[in-house]
Amino acid sequence: MIPEFGHYALILALCVALIQGVLPLIGAHQGRREWLMLARPAAQTVFLLLATAFVILAWSFYTNDFSVLYVAEHSNSQMPVAYRLGAVWGGHEGSLLLWVFLLSTWTILVAQLSKALDEFMVARVIGVLGLVMSGLLLFVITTSNPFERLLPAAQDGRSLNPLLQDPGLVFHPPMLYMGYVGFSVAFAFAIASLLSGRLDAAWARWSRPWTTAAWVFLTLGIALGSWWAYYELGWGGWWFWDPVENASFIPWLVGTALLHSLAVTEKRGGFKSWTVLLAITAFSLSLLGTFLVRSGVLTSVHAFATDPKRGVFILIFLVLVVGSSLTLYAWRAPKSSLGGKFSLSSRETFILLGNVFLVVSAGSVLLGTLYPLLIDALHLGKISVGPPYFNSVFVPITAPLLVLMGIGPWTNWKNSDLLAVIKRLWLAGLVAVLAGIGIPLMMGEFTWLAGLGFLLAFWVIASGCLQIIRQAKAGKPTRSFIGMQLAHLGIAVFVIGVTMVGAYQEEKDVRMSAGETVSVGGYQIQFQGVNVAPGPNYQAMRGTFLLSQNSNAQTIMYPEKRNYFSSTMPMTEAAIDAGLTRDIYISLGEELPDKSWAVRVYYKPFIDWIWGGCLLMALGGILSISDKRYRIKLKRQVA
Amino acid sequence: MKSRYKRALIIIAALVVIGVAALLILNALNSNIALYVTPSEVSAGKAPKDQAFRIGGMVKDGSLRRDGLTVHFVITDLVKDIPVAYTGILPDLFKEGKGAVIQGRMNANGEFIASEVLAKHDENYMPPEAKHALEQAQKNGINK
Repeated sequence: MIPEFGHYALILALCVALIQGVLPLIGAHQGRREWLMLARPAAQTVFLLLATAFVILAWSFYTNDFSVLYVAEHSNSQMPVAYRLGAVWGGHEGSLLLWVFLLSTWTILVAQLSKALDEFMVARVIGVLGLVMSGLLLFVITTSNPFERLLPAAQDGRSLNPLLQDPGLVFHPPMLYMGYVGFSVAFAFAIASLLSGRLDAAWARWSRPWTTAAWVFLTLGIALGSWWAYYELGWGGWWFWDPVENASFIPWLVGTALLHSLAVTEKRGGFKSWTVLLAITAFSLSLLGTFLVRSGVLTSVHAFATDPKRGVFILIFLVLVVGSSLTLYAWRAPKSSLGGKFSLSSRETFILLGNVFLVVSAGSVLLGTLYPLLIDALHLGKISVGPPYFNSVFVPITAPLLVLMGIGPWTNWKNSDLLAVIKRLWLAGLVAVLAGIGIPLMMGEFTWLAGLGFLLAFWVIASGCLQIIRQAKAGKPTRSFIGMQLAHLGIAVFVIGVTMVGAYQEEKDVRMSAGETVSVGGYQIQFQGVNVAPGPNYQAMRGTFLLSQNSNAQTIMYPEKRNYFSSTMPMTEAAIDAGLTRDIYISLGEELPDKSWAVRVYYKPFIDWIWGGCLLMALGGILSISDKRYRIKLKRQVA
Repeated sequence: MKSRYKRALIIIAALVVIGVAALLILNALNSNIALYVTPSEVSAGKAPKDQAFRIGGMVKDGSLRRDGLTVHFVITDLVKDIPVAYTGILPDLFKEGKGAVIQGRMNANGEFIASEVLAKHDENYMPPEAKHALEQAQKNGINK
């Protein structure tokens, strides 16, 4: 009986979401205050209903209710409780429920934290979010009901894909979705401002912290996914240019452009139409990502087997959202495109250029992702576009961004003496050149790509440090200034990690018998044998390896090959000895006929800097949200 | 500077970026695309000669043979068989009788030297390209 309540809750939520989506918008248009007032309670009701549905689904997993089809397909009574709960979003239906639940979470956050805002604006924002919510709930209820029954009930569940039975499942999807869905707030603010015709600096100031928050979640979500893939897929990569990874990365690039463009709109009242367009694009790309992942048109780690009805539904929804918002945009967007006057050597110009590079790089990734689909749809054959495409296009388009990043923050709004800025930056340039030549030589091999990587990374770091010192001397730097510098430093740290791994990692596939030693990156790894180790719902073959450097500092590493009872598929569980300057990564292949084992060992210098950089970016975002100017300005409006 | 020129300059700069990007993209697409070919097409000589390509199909039952770290197996669409050699560690889901996608080139002896073996991350999941190859072969078999 309980799962039916979950289903009812979803249907009720759809009804209330329709009210939330329609009445406040009409009320704001016609000036009916009593209809405006419906926005907040409606949003709160939808949240409560979806929270109920969510808890009920979690409960069904917790109690192993295999009469629920979704539970039977994604859980198993032998699975540990934490993974049973993680399995709530381990499949298509549940992850969509998570999507709408997080959307309503964002909605009530907006409703609660926007008390100081103009009530017409708030009603419109909540209304737009309500419309989006209605569309997605309709999708969930008609094509992807997680509460569908399986009668008679299954004896036991089919279990979750062993790859997903990992702490990563508990954190990665909610973080990522929080970011994805968060762009809906920026979208709703943009649409609301188009509807009201109030596209001003105040609007930018309202939507800026929300956009930054979504961006922080998306950054963390993507980084977590990358880290998870690194240790769990067992083959040592951190980014595969997998279509689904791209689907989350493209909104990130556009979202980053949006953050910067919003800064111009807030400070200078410029770039209004461009900012609105970016907000619409970022959210549309999030929806497109959902479509790509959920429609089964892509071959990917994340592709669940799905039926085409779902794809068609999301595609129609996507066309409706994009079509209607672009129509509204064409009709209402302000005509002057660049806003306030600024000279060519101003911060506006640098941000604009950065925006162009970000958007073009997003376009190139999008093209590479959609190209195979396009060719297939036109019956021109089946092709795949591999990582070399992305690497050879993405790197040259994004490298100039780092050059801009070193100069842009030094420039003034409106007009700036570029010559004076360059004079101040000679030291940073020197540091960058020295690093670009010196570090590759120190690592033993100079390649142009590595040189470029270090040059750009240290350019950003040195320029940032110089500016922080200067600001600190001049007075107390604001949190948003430190946040910006921290995020840029994060990019530099990330680039150092990528460059190091790309240029100096060592990989060896070897055949090893017990007692044999292989050396990689100056370390010796001795294979001591394989024994059987039991787990809660699997049995593992566990290898024992002794890691040493010049016969001291020994560490024992245990990579595993797991066989889950509920599945015939083996799982490689790599052993990683992580460190600040290098990871040693061992994964067990298979047993060869002569009792030796196929083993893959990696030496990965500075790989943890990749995720460390992302963490810094996210921290920077959090700092800038906490800047006091967002709060003071809001209070002033109350008074 | 007059704002008209400024705008023109900014637009030109943007166009240059987009143009360079388009060049890069076209160039990269040209050299980094792998065509999917079915085993039947390979044996009919329709595979690209001087470029890496991908074959989707099923790993034939009983065809797996090890020689140190090198593995030999046969990929099939149930009509035509292509012998494959791969040196390295196979993915977890690689199994006889299951679907797989491999990337590489043909050598002079008519053996496909795989540089990459892709098996997807769910045991019940069949790569669409492998499924496509099987369906294609079946259709042609009926027509003949």
